[in-house]
Amino acid sequence: MSNDETIRREPTEGFDDVPGTTLFDAQRARQGYHVNQFCMSLMKAENREEFRANEDKYLRKWPMTDEQRQSILERNWGRMIELGGNIYYLSKLFSTDGKSFQYVAATMTGLTQEQYAQMMLNGGRSIQGNRSKSEWSKETEKSKAGK
Amino acid sequence: MAKIVASVNVSHVPAIGAAWDNKKSQEPYWKPVFDGFDISKKWIADLKPDLIILVYNDHASAFDATIIPTFALGCAAEFPPADEGWGPRPVPTVIGYPVMASHIAQSLILDEFDITIINKMDVDHGLTVPLTLMFGQPKEWPCRIIPLPVNVIQFPPPTGNRCFNLGKAIRRAVESFPEDLRVVIFGTGGMSHQLQGKRAGLINKEWDQRFLDSLCADAELARRIPFIEYVREAGSEGIEMVMWLISRGALDERVRQVYRFYHVPASNTALGHLILENESFHP
Repeated sequence: MSNDETIRREPTEGFDDVPGTTLFDAQRARQGYHVNQFCMSLMKAENREEFRANEDKYLRKWPMTDEQRQSILERNWGRMIELGGNIYYLSKLFSTDGKSFQYVAATMTGLTQEQYAQMMLNGGRSIQGNRSKSEWSKETEKSKAGK
Repeated sequence: MAKIVASVNVSHVPAIGAAWDNKKSQEPYWKPVFDGFDISKKWIADLKPDLIILVYNDHASAFDATIIPTFALGCAAEFPPADEGWGPRPVPTVIGYPVMASHIAQSLILDEFDITIINKMDVDHGLTVPLTLMFGQPKEWPCRIIPLPVNVIQFPPPTGNRCFNLGKAIRRAVESFPEDLRVVIFGTGGMSHQLQGKRAGLINKEWDQRFLDSLCADAELARRIPFIEYVREAGSEGIEMVMWLISRGALDERVRQVYRFYHVPASNTALGHLILENESFHP
C-alpha cells in the first residue's frame, strides 16, 4: 500500500501567534537543553539533596546562561519556559519543591492557586478571545482606553 | 491471525493516578471521574483481550532530552512503573510480548515507519493511568501489553495524518502475526488542556466534542487537523490527541461507538474517553 498521501507539509507560520503560549519547538529545546537536563538530574534523591544544600553551586554544573540560572533560583516558571524549559522537565524541579502542576500553572497565569482551581471547576479558561495574539492586543488597547 | 477489534481512548492525567493511589477515588472531586469508567470496566472484562497495544507519551521519565524518538515500540519482556520524582506508582509491572513486538517493529519498518526499538524502559503515568481507569487495582494486569510511546512534547510532534497512517500500518503488522489473538489498541492523552504560560487552564469543550464526533463518524476530517489547530483550540498540551488518531487508524473505516464520557476538570485537564468497536466485529 502506498504512503504517498502522507507527503504533505504543515505551515510553520502561526506557531508564534497563539497568545500566552510558548511552543517547545526544536530551537527552544536546543536553547533549554541544559535547563531540562538539570531538571532530569533531580529524579535521583542524592541529587535533590545536593541541590537543596546549595542551589547556585549545583546549577553551575550545567553550562546554562546566567539568565536561565537566575530564573531557576527565583522559581520564575514562566521565564524558565520562555528560556527553553519544558513543563514536563520542570515538573521534576517543582516536585522537588513539593509543588503541583496546578500550583505552577496558577503561578504562570498570575492567579492564586485557589482562584485557578475555581476557574477549572467552572469549566476552565474559555477559548473565546484566547485564540490569537491579535485578540489579546485588542483587549490591552480596550483596557488602556477604558482608563 | 491476530486482530485488532476495538480501541479505547482515554486521557492520562497524573493526578488521577495519585487520587487512586492515595485512596481518594470516592471523594466528591474524583468520584464522577472514576464512576465514568464503570461501563468501560465491564465492557473490557467481557471482551477479554489477549493483548493491548498502548499508545501514549512519556513525560520526561524514561526519555530525557538526549534522545527523542518520534515513534517507539517497547519490545522488552517487562516494563516496571517509573519513579517520576515521588516514587513508582504501586501498580503491577507491565508484561510485554517480545515475540510479537519484534514482529510489529519489523513489519512497520518494511512498511516505511522507521520505529525506534526499545528493549529497556520504565513506563510512567501516561501508560499506567489508563490501565488503572480500565482495570482498577488487580494483582497483575489482565493481559500482555505492548507500549508504543510517541513524542508529543518537543514540537512539532508527528502530524495527525502521519499518526493515522501509522495506525493502519500497525493493523497490517498485527494481522500478519500468525497467532489467534484478540487485540485492543489504546490511544491516550488529551483532551483540551494547557499547562504553561498565561493561557494555562484552557478548556475547549466544543472543539473536544467535534473531535470525538469526527473519530466516530468521519475520521477523514480528524486526520486532516493541522498541528497548529490543536495548539490554538485545545491548548499546547492538547496536542496529545494526535495519539487518538493512531488508535483510530488501526480500526475499520466504519466503527460503532460503544461508550463516550467527558468530564471537566481533572486537575488542569478535560478528561475524555471513547470506546470504539469495528463494525465488522461481533463479540
